[in-house]
Amino acid sequence: MGVGIEVTNLNAWYGANHTLQDINLNIPANHATALIGPSGCGKSTFVRCLNRMHETNPIARVTGSVRIGDLDIYAEAKPVEIRRRVGMVFQRPNPFPTMSIYDNVAAGLKLNGYKNRRSLDEIVENSLKNSALWDEVKDDLKKKSGASLSGGQQQRLCIARALAVDPEVLLMDEPASALDPVSTSKIEDLIFQLKAQYTIVIVTHNMQQAARVAEKTGFFLNGRMVEFDSTHKIFTNPSDKRTEDYITGRFG
Amino acid sequence: MSANLPEIRARQIPVQKLKPPAAQKSAPSMPPTPEPSPVRRFLLARGNSALADRGFHWLMVLCALSIFGIVALILWQLILRSQLSWHAFGFRFFYQSFTDPDSGRKMYWDPVNSQFSAVPFIYGTLLSSFLALLLAVPLAIGVAVFLTEMCPRALRGSLAFLTELLAAIPSVIYGFWGFFVLVPLLREHVNPLLVQWLGWTGLFNNDNPTGLGFLAAGVILAIMILPIISSLTREVMTAVPHSQREAVLALGATRWEMIRMGVLRNARIGIVGAIILGLGRALGETMAVTMVIGNTPEIHRSLLSNGSSMAAVIATQFTEAVGDMHLSALIELGLALFIVTIIVNAFAQLLVWAVTRGAPVQTH
Amino acid sequence: MSTNSFPLRSRLRTVTDHAVTGLTILATVVVVTPLVAIFAYLVYKGASSLNLAFFTQIPKPVGVAGGGMANAIVGSAILLAIASAIGVPIGIGGGVFLAEFGRGTKLANAVRFTADVLNGVPSIVMGLAIYALIVIPQKHFSALSGGVALGIMMIPTVCRTTEEMLMMVPHAVREAALGLGVPNWRSVLSITVKTASPGIITGCMLAFARVAGETAPLLFTALGNDFWSSSLNQPIAALPLQIYVYALSPYDDWHRLAWAGSLVLIVLIVLAVSLVRYVTSRGVLKGAS
Repeated sequence: MGVGIEVTNLNAWYGANHTLQDINLNIPANHATALIGPSGCGKSTFVRCLNRMHETNPIARVTGSVRIGDLDIYAEAKPVEIRRRVGMVFQRPNPFPTMSIYDNVAAGLKLNGYKNRRSLDEIVENSLKNSALWDEVKDDLKKKSGASLSGGQQQRLCIARALAVDPEVLLMDEPASALDPVSTSKIEDLIFQLKAQYTIVIVTHNMQQAARVAEKTGFFLNGRMVEFDSTHKIFTNPSDKRTEDYITGRFG
Repeated sequence: MSANLPEIRARQIPVQKLKPPAAQKSAPSMPPTPEPSPVRRFLLARGNSALADRGFHWLMVLCALSIFGIVALILWQLILRSQLSWHAFGFRFFYQSFTDPDSGRKMYWDPVNSQFSAVPFIYGTLLSSFLALLLAVPLAIGVAVFLTEMCPRALRGSLAFLTELLAAIPSVIYGFWGFFVLVPLLREHVNPLLVQWLGWTGLFNNDNPTGLGFLAAGVILAIMILPIISSLTREVMTAVPHSQREAVLALGATRWEMIRMGVLRNARIGIVGAIILGLGRALGETMAVTMVIGNTPEIHRSLLSNGSSMAAVIATQFTEAVGDMHLSALIELGLALFIVTIIVNAFAQLLVWAVTRGAPVQTH
Repeated sequence: MSTNSFPLRSRLRTVTDHAVTGLTILATVVVVTPLVAIFAYLVYKGASSLNLAFFTQIPKPVGVAGGGMANAIVGSAILLAIASAIGVPIGIGGGVFLAEFGRGTKLANAVRFTADVLNGVPSIVMGLAIYALIVIPQKHFSALSGGVALGIMMIPTVCRTTEEMLMMVPHAVREAALGLGVPNWRSVLSITVKTASPGIITGCMLAFARVAGETAPLLFTALGNDFWSSSLNQPIAALPLQIYVYALSPYDDWHRLAWAGSLVLIVLIVLAVSLVRYVTSRGVLKGAS
């Protein structure tokens, strides 16, 4: 089951570049939350701070606090522990090129030392079903490499891989931006189903997508969060002028 | 890796303490959230492997540092084992000569009387390497120009492969081939012509019937360093941006003028680096030179005379050294060779890097 | 006069252009000739001397016909096994440091530079150093010392190719592993290194092929041996050493064996280099975007 996320006074830097400034927000559990904004506004940096991927870049720095459930992820745990609880799907599908479909899905467990084969089989099957890929790949799970799938299938494989470790939160960084419209709509359907079980944070620059899948939407601009409210309110009656300008397509 | 397990386990306890909610979840009494799945429980119980990560990091650092260690080790051992000769001769080792008590002739290397001087070997090494460069450089640049600028695409791959193969042939096989094919060829057909036409320079004297000597060593070395110089030259030439070529072509230059002004001029530092790198190889090349240079510790003006080189004298005399001083002198030669090649290579590397820097993909 | 000299200069330039083209072609031919000559001669001499006995028998005393280099082949195999056991893990470790941990740091640049410089150190110097380090304290020549000398020579090559191959692994693949909460060491070994493994194996083979033909570092470490030996503490025969000794001997029989040995060695090396080229040409990372 998903848990909520509470972000307090979050600041992030890349070198001298202050990419996130004083972010405060509460992301509700078991809902989809969309983050929108023009490119370079800090929305990707923000989700990367939620599983401490931000700090894999040696010049990156973060202050403030992020609580996922009851855990302060910066003060009370190591990055690997956080990342096992917070799944992430990246902008471009990135299956492990040398692994079979099965091994791709099982990677998060196998590489963390999980050995129970019977239970692995079950988890792989469930994860692939949950990511709506099972019917397409069930016959060559161990025969085909993850890289042999189409772009849309690869992205669903990456979602299955993230789901296999049973995360509490699923972060998606523009998961459909590299995909064709048919694959995109499949991914959106998937998000719609998954949010019953997981807390989903999805970064997108496609406003229709945000409107379709998310209950809550946050608007980022120049490293600040301008507005965070229900998706309906943001798209119909935003309280900030800048949000309105962006929604109506005046910039971005 | 399983050796790290106990440490990971040991780290687990404080981590668990830091997460009271996680501990609460697995407790049977009324959890605030539903019971976590078995997978989640497994992952929660997993340590953060901070210790394993740190250990792995340091292991890799250690591997990297071993490269410094090797250089230091070589230097230390060679200095240590050449003390005897260093104390006996000091710097004179590199310029002195002796008079043979019996014949009254000038001598440089006399194991029987423990008199040693590096002069003839330095001479032989420099002369054969210089000859090699003289022969190899124009050819190597010619090949590189042909391969990068003129060669039809289909031919380029296989020619590049051939030059790669040339670099992979073991030195001993070059020497073997040189001894049985090249040396007779030089002796029968080339040397007589050289003596006849260029004998007046004093560089080609007809007093060595074997065909071995500096020239044979120079030729075999040239063949050996050609692929190195040629492939590095190719590398720096391809690193020259296309716009440079087009700029010159747009001025109405012919292809050769384009290569000369647009490519070679921009790549010249790198090409010099490639040549010096080839020189470094030639200076230290052992087996092939040993087999064709004749191995006499003498200095001759004639390129057709027998001689020896630093590497060759070590190879031929080391296992049969007649005393500690002899061994020590040979090791001192090795030390000198080591220092010279390190300097030459470092210099060449810097030049090549100056040109190709930025060319290797710095993707993140 | 300027109008008159213009076509002349133009023609001169064209002639120069053609002349240079011709010269570069000539240079290429001159360079390719010795290679072809060496191969042709090796195959001609080696093939006629190669027979089953070469692979199964040890050398016969002078004057007795026949014999082979079986002990040298086994000896080379043992030496190369020791060398790989030392050179491959340390080299790969160094390469992993350069590509995964040290990127852009001063230390990494220094290591890279030193590795390239070390690569150019004459192999005979390596032999001297190992002689001083192992043979003198042990008081006898040994297979072990020969293997160590070859192993150390493998390190820089393996290290640099490993680094280059790891650099080709897309960053996204690393991120995917880290995003799953996989510990860094596991991610490096099971994901990054594994993804680049065809290229890394290729680099190891290249280093292997290079030291397989090395003679100079073995002259006063492994020393050579006319008989069977598999003890690491005894002098041991090696193919290139045997070729050297036999090539300079005055006996035709031994020359023939040396030619056969050279052919075997060169075939092995050509195979390795071709394989390397095949693997790198069809993309080191099959399927990786």
